[in-house]
Amino acid sequence: MIERTRSWLDDRLGLSKLIELGSHKTVPVHRFSVFYYLGGMTLFFFLAQVCTGVLLMLYYRPSSNEAFESIEFIMTVVPFGWLIRSIHSWSANLMVFFAALHMISVFFLKAYRPPRELTWITGVLLLFLILGFGFSGYLLPWNQLAFFATKVGTDIAGKVPVMGGWMVRFLRGGDRVSGGTLSRFYGWHVALLPAITTVVLFVHLALVQLKGMSVPAAGEEESRRRPSMKFFPHFALRDLSGWIFALGVLAALAALFPWELGEKADLFAPAYENIRPEWYFVFMFQTLKLVPGGEVAGIEYEAIPILLFSAAGLLLLLVPLLDRRAAREGRSPGWSMAGVAALLFVVGMTCWGYASLLPLYVVFISAILLSLFAFITRGSGKAEDR
Amino acid sequence: MEDLAVLPRRRFLNWFLGTSFGALVASVLYPVIRFASPPRIPEATTSQVEAGDVSDPLLMAKGFKIIRFGAEPVILLKVTDAEYRAFSATCTHLDCIVGFQKDRSRIFCNCHGGAYDLNGRNVSGPPPRPLTAFKVNLLAKGSEPAKIVVSRA
Repeated sequence: MIERTRSWLDDRLGLSKLIELGSHKTVPVHRFSVFYYLGGMTLFFFLAQVCTGVLLMLYYRPSSNEAFESIEFIMTVVPFGWLIRSIHSWSANLMVFFAALHMISVFFLKAYRPPRELTWITGVLLLFLILGFGFSGYLLPWNQLAFFATKVGTDIAGKVPVMGGWMVRFLRGGDRVSGGTLSRFYGWHVALLPAITTVVLFVHLALVQLKGMSVPAAGEEESRRRPSMKFFPHFALRDLSGWIFALGVLAALAALFPWELGEKADLFAPAYENIRPEWYFVFMFQTLKLVPGGEVAGIEYEAIPILLFSAAGLLLLLVPLLDRRAAREGRSPGWSMAGVAALLFVVGMTCWGYASLLPLYVVFISAILLSLFAFITRGSGKAEDR
Repeated sequence: MEDLAVLPRRRFLNWFLGTSFGALVASVLYPVIRFASPPRIPEATTSQVEAGDVSDPLLMAKGFKIIRFGAEPVILLKVTDAEYRAFSATCTHLDCIVGFQKDRSRIFCNCHGGAYDLNGRNVSGPPPRPLTAFKVNLLAKGSEPAKIVVSRA
């Protein structure tokens, strides 16, 4: 009976061909192999976001009169509501963190070299989409922080030359941040962005399968010497162990540090002291704080860092097309140096924004955890891995 | 001979179908873009509002309060017992709502650290322009505390 069902499905779906294909997939083994797990980890947090997000939609109400109260209801009345909402918030932050870590490792290992340019470009697009999720999801609790973050964030769009005015109105659904803005952001957060992300993510993952894993120049010799690892079951099981660990971390964070709700948005109250965006926007926030008021040739000073950040985003997207040296030689110290400078700027500005070295500790702790994971998952080199 | 006759006709058809398709796309996109751009709703023009009276405990304690001037937040300052001032409470930097630091007697925005003096002039931090001033009148009636009326300057 089971055999008949299997062969019936196989005739129609070609499952055995897929399984055959999957059984040939291998992952190179060298001392940078641990970085191959970061993308999968980001994917895990994305899946956690989809699951918890769908659950939150059962109770959340996207209107300025009800949004805050509905989350209060989720946090205090709905069984395990505190767990689902806190996991959604924590997982969102960890997803941004791992997407960034994944991108940084791919950048320094030059995995964007031909023929993987499009994998990089779709990856950077996914990072921007994730930030879009972060920004739109931020407003949904309709608390003070949400209100001011959205006021500032959308006002920044107004600094774009020519299109600025229209963009602010388009983002806000009117001249001011109001209930209309909440409706728009909700629609984008639960429908438009997920639809776009699903397509881009599918292309990104398909490209990874088609082109295989990139081996960095510094790991080439080692990966020739050492037998590569079968994806099924060896790499997949290691991936899974990481995912199970991440699930435990999410549950622990949600239980020990439930996400705060803050105070309901008051459209007629001053911004509270030490108001600050989420950590991944702090470096831009701190930069904006440092730019004095003034105008040069009709351009306000604050438009300059905003334009520079936009240009940096575009540059990041196009790295594989611009870095010709990595394409030829596998190495490009100039681009690596620029990457280090950018990282120092981002981490430094973040530390300054928090007036604390905590961001630096987070970098160190992640490096230690990653080394530990590299040690645990290292290929044994035994025949069964081949 | 036949080729010469066929090619222009094919080119004409391609051009014709191409532009038709372009027009079709445009006729679909135009309403979509117009739909997504929020309609302009004229806000009721407010020329003056009554902002409570001078015995307001919030105003006495903190030296300021934010009042609703239509849809716009306006900051009302108590400079001395007899002098009140009002400015637009929208920071000229990136649209946050400003507050008042009584101990340093300045208007301050907590978002990016912009500071204005008691005349609404931007004195430090990122704000590019001063705050728009509003007019404040006190209406005294007998022994009751005077009413504060804020109006456009």
